[in-house]
Amino acid sequence: MSLTVLYFAWVKEKVGCGQETLAPPADVATVAGLMDWLSTLSPGHAAAFADRRLIKSAVDQEHVDHGTALGKAREVAFFPPVTGG
Amino acid sequence: MQDIRVQREPFDAGAEITAFLATVPRSGGVATFIGQVRDFRESGETVHAMTLEHYPGMADRALKALAVDAAQRWPLDGALIIHRYGELHPGEAIVLVATAAAHRGDAFAACEFLMDWLKTKAPFWKKEATSAGTSWVSASAGDDARAERWKD
Repeated sequence: MSLTVLYFAWVKEKVGCGQETLAPPADVATVAGLMDWLSTLSPGHAAAFADRRLIKSAVDQEHVDHGTALGKAREVAFFPPVTGG
Repeated sequence: MQDIRVQREPFDAGAEITAFLATVPRSGGVATFIGQVRDFRESGETVHAMTLEHYPGMADRALKALAVDAAQRWPLDGALIIHRYGELHPGEAIVLVATAAAHRGDAFAACEFLMDWLKTKAPFWKKEATSAGTSWVSASAGDDARAERWKD
């Protein structure tokens, strides 16, 4: 099952790309679990997810908590707290 | 009527407000807010430019959801939100919010609500280029507190 993962602002800079299409293992069931798995992909990913308290997430373009189940999610995004306006 | 735009191009706030007024002839009160790029940081450095990154798709969707929420809370005749992304310079408008209602109280409250929630929910991120280098702007606890006031 392929998943589009998006990164924004400094999360994107640390990971080193803004978007990737990935196939997480079947036991990755939640947003937090996805962060655990992403952290193993590269030193950049590990640095981006080093402090989860700084990271906000969205599943299919809706804000969610880290405990949210991925279910049939197609797009997951990780970013710092927003600073628009 | 809701008019929600996420765009790279600059906009003429005066012309946009004039056009908005023409769409709400029944409204006795129209409140507007403009957020612009400041030429300094709290820490003192001069700001040369500000780059706004956004989440395409979700930014538009989040602003539309906020406008729907505002229309459920107050009897609005119309709402306008324009938010820019890309590179901006001091003095340029980042965001324009306008709300129209029969009376000013509802227009003021809805305009403030939209800005407070936009600040904490709309996926935009500011990066400032200053005399001391470039850095991402941190979210403010004050913004969180302002948004919290509108929770049911």
